[in-house]
Formats: sequence, structure tokens, C-alpha cells
Amino acid sequence: MTHLRGLEGSPARRRRETAIRSLFLLAAGISVVISAAIILSLAGEALNFALNIDPRQLFTDGWFPRRDQFDVPTIVTGTLIVAAIGMIVAAPLGIGAAIYLAEYARPRTRRILKPILEVLAGIPSVVLGFFALAVISPNLIDPICPGTTPLFNLAAAGIGVGILITPLIASIAEDAMHAVPSSLREASYGLGAQKRATSMFVVVPAAVSGIVASLIIGLSRGIGETMVVAIAAGAVGGSLFSLNPCQPGQTMTAAMTALATGSDQVRGASLAFPSLFFIGLLLFFMTLALNLVSERFVRRVRQRY
Amino acid sequence: MGVTTSDVVAQALHGRRFDARGYLFEGLLLLALLVALGVLVTLLTDVVIRAMPVFADRGTDFLASNMSARAERAGVLQGITGSLSLMAFVVVLAFPTGVAAAVYLEEYARDTPLTRFLNTVIRNLAGVPSIVYGLLGLAVFAVLLGDLTGPDRAGRSLMTGGLTLAILVLPIVIITSAEALRAVPNTIREAAFGVGATRWEVIRSHVLPYAAPGILTGTILSLARAFGETAPLIMVGAVTGGFAFTAAGPVEALQGPYTALPTMIFSWARQPGADFRANTAASIVVLLAVLLIVNLTAIILRNRYDRRW
Repeated sequence: MTHLRGLEGSPARRRRETAIRSLFLLAAGISVVISAAIILSLAGEALNFALNIDPRQLFTDGWFPRRDQFDVPTIVTGTLIVAAIGMIVAAPLGIGAAIYLAEYARPRTRRILKPILEVLAGIPSVVLGFFALAVISPNLIDPICPGTTPLFNLAAAGIGVGILITPLIASIAEDAMHAVPSSLREASYGLGAQKRATSMFVVVPAAVSGIVASLIIGLSRGIGETMVVAIAAGAVGGSLFSLNPCQPGQTMTAAMTALATGSDQVRGASLAFPSLFFIGLLLFFMTLALNLVSERFVRRVRQRY
Repeated sequence: MGVTTSDVVAQALHGRRFDARGYLFEGLLLLALLVALGVLVTLLTDVVIRAMPVFADRGTDFLASNMSARAERAGVLQGITGSLSLMAFVVVLAFPTGVAAAVYLEEYARDTPLTRFLNTVIRNLAGVPSIVYGLLGLAVFAVLLGDLTGPDRAGRSLMTGGLTLAILVLPIVIITSAEALRAVPNTIREAAFGVGATRWEVIRSHVLPYAAPGILTGTILSLARAFGETAPLIMVGAVTGGFAFTAAGPVEALQGPYTALPTMIFSWARQPGADFRANTAASIVVLLAVLLIVNLTAIILRNRYDRRW
């Protein structure tokens, strides 16, 4: 005969349960601490920068932190140019490859190519930076751009970024299309639609949330991408405002590495060190906004199926 | 998909007439896939061809030499040892914390606003650009805790680099581990609860063993990610030039200067001259070889222990 007390278990066992549970909760809480630390550490120095800078220094001819010229439009424009070129390369290639893998490739081909794509998405960005500088710039950009093109230029960096995010976009978009139920395809075939019409007008619209999310995540990666730009776009110290992708330029991320590689000197200079955190905070909020939007799109996919 | 109704119907429809636009569409899609893969194949062959002379001339000497301003004497030894030491931080700090956090989120937490908030925070942390983690490391580990991490070098030490990378991969470890835990069917948990196990006993003896291969694959892949990271290390002051340093003891080594394989590649890639170009390519080959081994290990583990319920 079991008594109710027997079901409560031993107090020692319950104490152990509580202790272990708190340990796991502590581990989960660390991620919140990290987020708070990111925002606080960025915000402190960024505020220092914002309070001490003369607003005229934020809108000058270019980005020259060591001369106290912090032209924010220069580096934001550079970032947008590189990210836009990257997306022009990566969006059609990534989505095209994803539709092929999800709709046309045989299951065997898909099983082989999908992991390869995922491994390629893991190629470090330094490697692509070197490739952009050593191969893309002399062989692809130089013939396209008019006149003499410097070896370091924004276009080469943009294409490098595009190659970097193509596998990422392809992989996420393929997941979204693969998750579309077969019944939708079969209904479409049953109405007499062919493969192309089924892919374009049934599968792609059904997976559109996931596809848009893949593009937003790709864009977010492109904006935050550092090494390709730091290696291939040139402009080590500073850069004049320019809209020409055939010329060297500066992005937010590359400007940060350029400052940090001489960070010991930067410490002494008045506003160069806090300017790092100002750009960092700007970058953080730009990518955070994109990530939140993409998350909303992903959730829509989950709800529907 | 196998042979489904849709295939049969599609074949029957295709048999009637030649669908030129359909084939053109398929061709374009295939082209996109081939270009995407082709560029990366080009990249790999280009790097290997450039690297060949270095390995042919110097063989293992390139792997066993320190950094040097002279291309013909420079090698990757310090980069490899530095990268491996950094990985030790990731394995020791990020893996246990990450798996524990995932266990809390998947096994303990109920669906409360707090849990949803935690999940959102973690997913967004995984999307923060790596250079921002570098800034965090610079502000917290190098400047704030500089006396602890590297009193002689303004905190720009191996310890700072390792801690920064550990924080960088933590969200990825949590996300992949949580996915592995989610894949364990509830029937297994319920069976264990049914015979009187406590929650921790269920996790330790049933959930974790079943999820272990998935967790392992995820953690190995996040290790590969950390191995290739460059930007945060540059922010927290990894040495990009040559340095001579022999640590007197473990504490001095942790507080001392360091470099990593990807940071070496970064500094060499920007050097003028064909010699350093070849060296850059050779060190990229070393980096990719390490990553290939790591990735293959993960894939083999996944295939070997892949369970289906």
C-alpha cells in the first residue's frame, strides 16, 4: 500500500533537483547578461563620443578619424554600396539555386549538394577577402570599370560579400521551399500546371516568407561583414565620400578594423577610440532591426504549416 | 520526393508537347546553382595553385616556422598554436554553458513571456555581426578587466581573445543544442517519468544520451565557425605582425600576446609582393584543411548516429 507521503520522494533528491534547475537557469541567463553587456559597453563610449563631438565633425568631406573628421555618411554609404552589390550577386544565384534544389533536383542530388552548400557557407570571410583582392579585382572588376581601376575597390569587395552570402541565402530559402507540403504541388499539377508554373506560382508564393527572411538575413550578414571589405576595399586610414564602386572606399566595419589595428595609438587620440563604439552601436541596431524583421517572416511560415 | 503522384502527372503532361520555356527556366536555375558552386571551386583551386610553390619549396618548414617580416622565412606555427589555444577557451567555456542553457530552455522552461524573451534574445545574439562581439571584448575584457587579462599589454592578451570567441559562439551552441534536444521524442521522457524518474534523471539518463550526437555535431560546427573568425580578434588586439614570446608559465601565457591563423592571413593578404601572396594562399590552405577535417568529423558523426523515430 503506497502512501501519499511515499510519492513525495526524498528531500535530498528534491534539493538536488532544485539546485540543478537553478544551475541551468543561470546558464540561460548568461545570454541575457551578454546582450546587456553589449549594449552597455557600446552605449557608454558611444555616448561619450556623441556628447563630445562637434556635430559639424560628423558631416565633413570624408572619414578621417585621426584628423577628427568623422563623416558618418561616407561609411554608411560605403556599407550600403557593398551590401547592395553583394545582394545583386547573391539574391538571384541563391534563390535560383534554392528553387533548383527544392523543386528540380533529384533527391540524391539534393542530399549531396545541400551539405556541400552548408559547408561552403562556413568558408571564413578572410579567405573570400583574399580571393576578392587577388582574383576578382584584377580579372573581373578591372575590365568592367572604365579607366584605370585601383586594385582595392568597393566593387570587388561587394562581389566577394555576394559570394559569401550566396550559400547562406540558398540554404535558408531551400529549407523554406522544401517545407511546402507536397499536396500543394499535386493540386497544382492536377489543375494541369507544368513544373515551371507550379514552382513559380505555387511553391514560391507559399514559401515567400522564408525566402524573404533568407534575403534579409543575407543583407544583415552583408552589412556586418568585415574581413572581405577590410582586405579588398582598401582605404586603410580614411576615405573621401564617394559613390563610385570602382574606387576604394570605407564601410562601417572596415573603418572599425582600421581603427583597431592601431588601437594603441587610438587610445591617446581624443575621439577616435569612442568613435569605434559609436559606429558599433549604429551597426548593432541596423542588423538588429533586420534580424527582428526576418524573425517575423520566419514565424509566419511556422504558423501556416 | 521519390515517385509521387505529382511526378506521374507531370510526366504525362510533359509527354504531350515540348515545354521550351520550362526547360529554359530549369536551365537558368541550374546555371545559378552551378555558378554558385563553380565560383567556390574556382576559389579553392586558385588558392591551392598559388600555395603549391610554398609547400613544394619548404614542405613542413612552413608549418613549423614563426611569423617573420621576411616571406621566405615566415611560417604559420604561431597562428596554429594560437588558434588551438583560443579553441580551448571555446570548448571549456562556451560548450558546457551553451548546452546547459539549451537544456534549461527545452526541458525546464515553460512557455512564459520570460522564456519567449530569452529565446528571442538568443536568436538575435546569433545574428549580431562578429565585429560587435570584438567591441564587447575590447570594452569589457581588454579595458575594464585589463589588469586581470593582461596587465602588461593593456589587456590585449590570449585570455581576452579566448573569452571573446567563447561569447561569440555561445548563442550558436545554444541554438544547435536546443534543436537536438527538441528532436528527442516526448514518449521517451514520458516513459522515464512514468517509472518515477525526476526531471534531472530523465535528462541525464535519457534525453542527453539521445540528443548527444546532434549536440556534438552542432558544437563541432560552432567550433569551426570560431576557428575562422577574424574580425573580433583584430578588435581585441591579436598580434598581426611578428612577435617573439616565450611564456614563463601558464599565467604569463594567458596574459601574453598571441596571434591566430585567420589574423595572420589578414595581415599577409594586405602585404604587397608575390612572396607574401603565396604565403597567404598557403596559410589559407592550412586553415581550410583544418576546417575540412572539423566539418567532416561533424558530418561523419551525424551520419553514424543519426536516429529516426
